[in-house]
Amino acid sequence: MAKLKVALYWAASCGGCEIAQLEIGEKILKLAEAADIVFWPVAIDVKYKDIEAVPDQSIDACLFNGGIRNSEQEHMANLLRKKSKIMIAYGACAYEGGIPGLANMFNRQTIFDRVYSETPSTDNNDKIVPQTNYQVPEGELTLPEFYDTVRTLRQTVDVDYIIPGCPPEEKTTWLALEALIEGKLPPKGSVITHNVKAVCDECPRKRDVKKVKKFYRTFEIISDPEICLLEQGLLCAGIATRGGCGAPCPQTNMPCTGCYGPVEGVIDQGANFLSAVASVIESNDPEEIQRIIDDIHDPVGTFYRYSLPDSLLRRARIK
Amino acid sequence: MNFEPKILGILCKWCSYAGADLCGTSRKKYPPNIRIVRVMCSGRVEPTFILKAFEKGADGVLICGCHPGDCHYAEGNYKTVRRFPLLKKMLSQLGIEDERVRLEWVSASEGERFASIVSEMTEQIRRLGPFSRNNGGGNG
Repeated sequence: MAKLKVALYWAASCGGCEIAQLEIGEKILKLAEAADIVFWPVAIDVKYKDIEAVPDQSIDACLFNGGIRNSEQEHMANLLRKKSKIMIAYGACAYEGGIPGLANMFNRQTIFDRVYSETPSTDNNDKIVPQTNYQVPEGELTLPEFYDTVRTLRQTVDVDYIIPGCPPEEKTTWLALEALIEGKLPPKGSVITHNVKAVCDECPRKRDVKKVKKFYRTFEIISDPEICLLEQGLLCAGIATRGGCGAPCPQTNMPCTGCYGPVEGVIDQGANFLSAVASVIESNDPEEIQRIIDDIHDPVGTFYRYSLPDSLLRRARIK
Repeated sequence: MNFEPKILGILCKWCSYAGADLCGTSRKKYPPNIRIVRVMCSGRVEPTFILKAFEKGADGVLICGCHPGDCHYAEGNYKTVRRFPLLKKMLSQLGIEDERVRLEWVSASEGERFASIVSEMTEQIRRLGPFSRNNGGGNG
C-alpha cells in the first residue's frame, strides 16, 4: 500500500497542539510506517511555495490547529483545503476558536490600542502599530492583515473531521490517527473521541443533589476531593462538555473548563453551561439570586472559555 | 425608511399566551412588531433560544410567564428567575443592550398589561436601532 501523505499546520494557536501530537510517544513509529509527513512548520523545513507546487488533492489528510486570526492563516486554510483530501480541525482553537477566540470581546482597534500603547510596560510614543505594507529603501515589506474577529476553521473552509481538546488528549489523537491509517474513519463531520456523552460520565467524584448558595473561584476554597465540584460551588463545565478525555482535570481538583466542546446535539456550549449553572442555584428570591450570581465575575470567559467564535453570537458588539 | 423592529415573544401557554389572547379578544391595540411563540412554561426557555433569535435576525426578545407563585407546574417560572439574571449579565458583557431582552410576568387577565409592554418595548428598540451581530468588528 502506498504511504499516506499527511500535512500539519498551525494557525492562531499556542503550539500546545504540536506537543499533543508528539504525546503519542512510540506510536509515532507506527505513524511513520504508514504515513509521510509532507508539511509541518514546527518540525520540518518545507516552504509555503513547496505546498503551492504540489497537485490538488495530493495530500491525504491535513491536521490543522489554531483559529483564523489573520489573512495568512486564512490563505493557508484555503490552500491546505485545496491540496488535501481530508481536512481535520485539530484542537479547540481550530474547532471553536479556543482561548485566542476570547479576543472576540474586542476588535483590531481595541486590541492594537491595548497591546501597542496602553500596557504599562510599553514605550511607543510614535504610536507604531503593525501595517500590512511598508516602504523601505530595499523595497516593500508586507505583513498579513490582522482581522477584527477570530473565526473557526469550519467558518473558513469545509472541514471533514474534528479532534477536540485543548490540547487533545493522547488517546483522542491516536484514536483519530489509527482510524486514518486503517482507513476506518467515521462519517464526514464527526467529532472524533471515545464515545462518552459528557465529562461527568467519566468523572469519579460522588454526585448527589446540586444545590448551591455561593459560587467560588478555585483559589477561594479548598475543595473536597471526593464530591462533585459543581456541588461545592466551583464552576465545573463537565456537565456541558463532551467526554472522551477521561476527566483528568476534576481528578486533580481542577474544574473542567470545557475544552472538548459541547455535548452531542448542543449548538452553543456557553448557553448550555450557563443554563446548567443557573439551575443549581438554591434560591427563589430574586435579590438572593442576584447576590449569588455576583460571584460569577466573568460569565463570557467562564461559559465560552474555548467557544466564543463558534457560539451563536460569535463576538461581542463594540460601541 | 423607518426601522420596524422584529421582536420575538416567547409566552407560556397557561398565563401569558392566554393574556395575549385576552388582549386580542378585548380589542386592545399593540404594535405588530412582535412574533409570538407559545411554550408550555417560561422555564422551558433555554438561553440558546434567545441567542438563536438574535442569530436569526431578531432585534429583541420578550419572555413572558406566570407571576411567581402562579406557575401551572408549581415552580417552572422559578427556573426562569434563576436563569434570566445570569443570562442578562452575560449579554451585557457581549454588548447587547438591556432593553433588547426582557422578562415580564403576565397573567391570563392582564391583556392590557401585555399590550403596554409590547408597545413600550417596540418603542425602545426602535430608538436603539437594528441588532447587528458584527457591530464593531468585521469578518464575523
